[in-house]
Amino acid sequence: MSDTSILAAEVPAVGRPRSLAGDAWHDLRRSKVFWVALVLIVVILLMAAWPSLFTSADPRECVLSRQHKPAGGSAIFGYDFQGCDVYAKTVYGARYSIIVGVFATLIAGLIGAAFGLSAGFFGGWIDAVLSRFVDVMLGIPLLLGAIVLAKRLSSDPASNGVFAVTVTLGLLGWTTAARVMRSSVIAAKNQDYVAAARMLGAGNSRLLFRHILPNSMASFIVVLTILLGINIASEATLSFLGIGLKGDAISWGIAISEATGYVRVAAGPLIWPSLFLAATVLAFIMLGDAVRDAFDPKLR
Amino acid sequence: MTPVTDIKAQMDVLPGLDPRAPLLHVDDLRVEFRTRDGVAKAVNGATFYLNAGETLAILGESGCGKSVTAQAVMGILDSPPGHVTGGRVLYRGVDLLKLGEKDRRKVRANRIAMIFQDALSALNPVYTVGFQLAELFRKHRGMSRASSKLRSIELLDQVRIPAAKDRINDYPHQFSGGMRQRVMIAMALALDPEVLIADEPTTALDVTVQAQIMGLLAELQHQRNMGLILITHDMGVVADVADRISVMYAGKIVEEAPVYDIYARPAHPYTKALLESIPRLDHKGRQLNVIRGLPPSLTDIPSGCSFHPRCGYAREICRGDQPPPSYQIAPHRIASCHFIREVLGV
Amino acid sequence: MSDVSDLVLDARGLVKHFPITQGIVFRSKVGEVRAVDGVDLQLRRGETLGVVGESGCGKSTLAKLLVGLEKPTAGEIMVRGEDMTRLSGHALRRARRNIQMVMQDPYTSLNPRMTVGDIIGEPFAIHPDAVPRSGRERAVQELLDLVGLNPDHINRYPHQFSGGQRQRIGIARALALRPEIIVCDEPVSALDVSIQAQVINLLERLQRELGLSYVFIAHDLSVVRHISDRVAVMYLGKIVETGYHMAIYEQPTHPYTQALLSAVPVPDPRLRGHRDHIVLEGDVPSPANPPSGCRFRTRCWKAQPYCADHEPLLQIRQRAPHPSACHYAEVRDLLHRH
Repeated sequence: MSDTSILAAEVPAVGRPRSLAGDAWHDLRRSKVFWVALVLIVVILLMAAWPSLFTSADPRECVLSRQHKPAGGSAIFGYDFQGCDVYAKTVYGARYSIIVGVFATLIAGLIGAAFGLSAGFFGGWIDAVLSRFVDVMLGIPLLLGAIVLAKRLSSDPASNGVFAVTVTLGLLGWTTAARVMRSSVIAAKNQDYVAAARMLGAGNSRLLFRHILPNSMASFIVVLTILLGINIASEATLSFLGIGLKGDAISWGIAISEATGYVRVAAGPLIWPSLFLAATVLAFIMLGDAVRDAFDPKLR
Repeated sequence: MTPVTDIKAQMDVLPGLDPRAPLLHVDDLRVEFRTRDGVAKAVNGATFYLNAGETLAILGESGCGKSVTAQAVMGILDSPPGHVTGGRVLYRGVDLLKLGEKDRRKVRANRIAMIFQDALSALNPVYTVGFQLAELFRKHRGMSRASSKLRSIELLDQVRIPAAKDRINDYPHQFSGGMRQRVMIAMALALDPEVLIADEPTTALDVTVQAQIMGLLAELQHQRNMGLILITHDMGVVADVADRISVMYAGKIVEEAPVYDIYARPAHPYTKALLESIPRLDHKGRQLNVIRGLPPSLTDIPSGCSFHPRCGYAREICRGDQPPPSYQIAPHRIASCHFIREVLGV
Repeated sequence: MSDVSDLVLDARGLVKHFPITQGIVFRSKVGEVRAVDGVDLQLRRGETLGVVGESGCGKSTLAKLLVGLEKPTAGEIMVRGEDMTRLSGHALRRARRNIQMVMQDPYTSLNPRMTVGDIIGEPFAIHPDAVPRSGRERAVQELLDLVGLNPDHINRYPHQFSGGQRQRIGIARALALRPEIIVCDEPVSALDVSIQAQVINLLERLQRELGLSYVFIAHDLSVVRHISDRVAVMYLGKIVETGYHMAIYEQPTHPYTQALLSAVPVPDPRLRGHRDHIVLEGDVPSPANPPSGCRFRTRCWKAQPYCADHEPLLQIRQRAPHPSACHYAEVRDLLHRH
């Protein structure tokens, strides 16, 4: 009896050498959660890109006489306070919510990863300076910072404010991601396998990208998926306060904040965009979970 | 000092307690862990006994079930996922497994105590050592603040902590590894237990400190006529202190014998192979004998004799459905193997 | 035997002090831990030098210095006529190929997100000139075979292997660049008893087949005796006694060596009560503030006022046939029945 035959997992022997990414994709394809999340995200992205695929109604065609009328015809979600088609508004709202949410999260993720990686990997005075800077950033209240930043960024009265809101949220929201990344990097950096690679003569970039980063991504991905939801919701807050999207821009956030005042009269205009928002955030969280698990060989 | 009233009298009497019955008798103990990957049979019918003043070593590799056995005897098994599925743990004739949690806790504090490998995590880091010791006396003995403090100092003195009077105000992390182990021993012995279970008590320590701690344990055991169960993988430590040895493999006791016999003439192939595989300080051998393969996974224990895939003596009979019976070789000597004669060389 | 050309590693006057600092942005040094404080060691081709000592004696720091994971505060490490401590960049990377390490913990020393093939092949990826790209997979499989693992398992991940098998993977990785010297830092102490022998035998076989030289660092004196040709005993950053294994184990002269040997349990109950037991009082002093003169004097039963003022040198003495750092060195047999 060979002493390996009692191993729990039987991987097909030999064949082509495989990579972690290849194995992860192999796993992802078999994950139900991944497919559900992917389908949801694709639908939402389609909605953001070509809303006319989903509805022929114009979300800006509002008639006060239809105020809070129940569902009928193509307006399957009914009408809101202004007499706008809630379904059409929700479909059209996807675009800015997604743009703001995804890009603000990307900006925050990139800044956070850069800060966290350098602080954690280099340590010493670099870490001290960067970490204190993160502390200072954390001390800035989101609203106050956003008011100042968004005002500066959207000086052009013609813009709809999407760029300003996205950059504002990205610049203010990276601190948690940086902290999480820093602590994961510190934990990974002190592992023996990093020392082993260093001993073999590996350079910093190899240490960082082959050894430390893959082993610090798990909690970072989770933080990012949560941040995505927060960003979509924050856009709503900023828009509600008048420093977010401007003009006749449509977004879930604006729709939700408008509807909250009339929730006792008609709940539909509040519930539908909220449901879409929740489904979007959930889809990204599920995707994040599935990807994280696929990249963890221990779960294989 | 306030009078310490008769300690045993203060404790509620356990129903059925018979002072003349054997100190501890574990009979056919079975423990399972129900996990995602299936049922892990950690202990599969462990039987052993312990007399007052005696040291029994339970010897085995990691994953053989020795620590789980101790936890089941103590009643501190993580449950779920752990479940005792059979057997008896008789303390002076009382089956501990049938007791309610309240009685069990009483036994745990007063009659059977345990020390662990990692003293730092066994002590509470936010209280001083003195407070943790004194709390025991106040809670279980109803002693006053002042007298419990005095008793704590006395106890730390007994485990040879220098300047005990000053050190009771220190926190666990302020003690060195060896000193912490002493503190844990003091806590375990505070309520004068009759049985002490030591789970790898010196594994994390350096040899010179290990010698100090083992010496201390032996001395305290002698003074108190206490039964000591020493759970370890170290055949050297066992040879130095044990009276009897139970060798455990895949959740079973495969051999039980007095210490001199087992080292001179092991009766089970596993014991024999283990002895031949360890490097010796007292002579430089050539090649070490190797036990091939790995200990079995507890979710998938081989049929028949669980050692057969790694055993040089194994034949068809060992692979069958029935595990080998336990043969009585001599008084106090038991081994579970079909080929005892061949192993002993008679 | 002691031909100079046989010398594969020659370390002289190795010192490593770690500063103790306070403050976060503005750090100030408030002291230093003298982890390694003046160590000389020589290693010859095909030889195993055992280094024993208790935790905190500096043996692990010594290992890191030898493989270049830490830069020494002072001293030189000569490998093939080059001082490793003075090299940097490309030259250092090339020199490192010759001295590799097997680490203690097989569970943390392998990247969990890399396949075994990638782990053992990493040395080739870092040093592309070692093996041409097309031959790497073959080379990895040969290494797996060499350490007794199934060459078909290159696509498995570390967690699919047992502790002993992982240690073999670590050994294969260390062998990939065909080094002459391997520093083993407690290579078997994390393994089960029945697995330790497998790994020790493997290391011995590889030494015979490949002509390797080992620096074998461990706290287990029995394992060190089994595998070593020469032994050095460390205490608080210094070597206190060194010599051939027979000399150290049968005729120890330094009180610390004697105490260590007397404390090691021997798996033979017949020796119970027949061995000399030297019980040392107290704990090892902090390396941040070592005692003056002889560092062992605070726990030594032979200590005299002289020891506090005069540091004993590691040298052959009147009653010590091999180098011993004790003013009162004297042979005492501790392993046999009296």
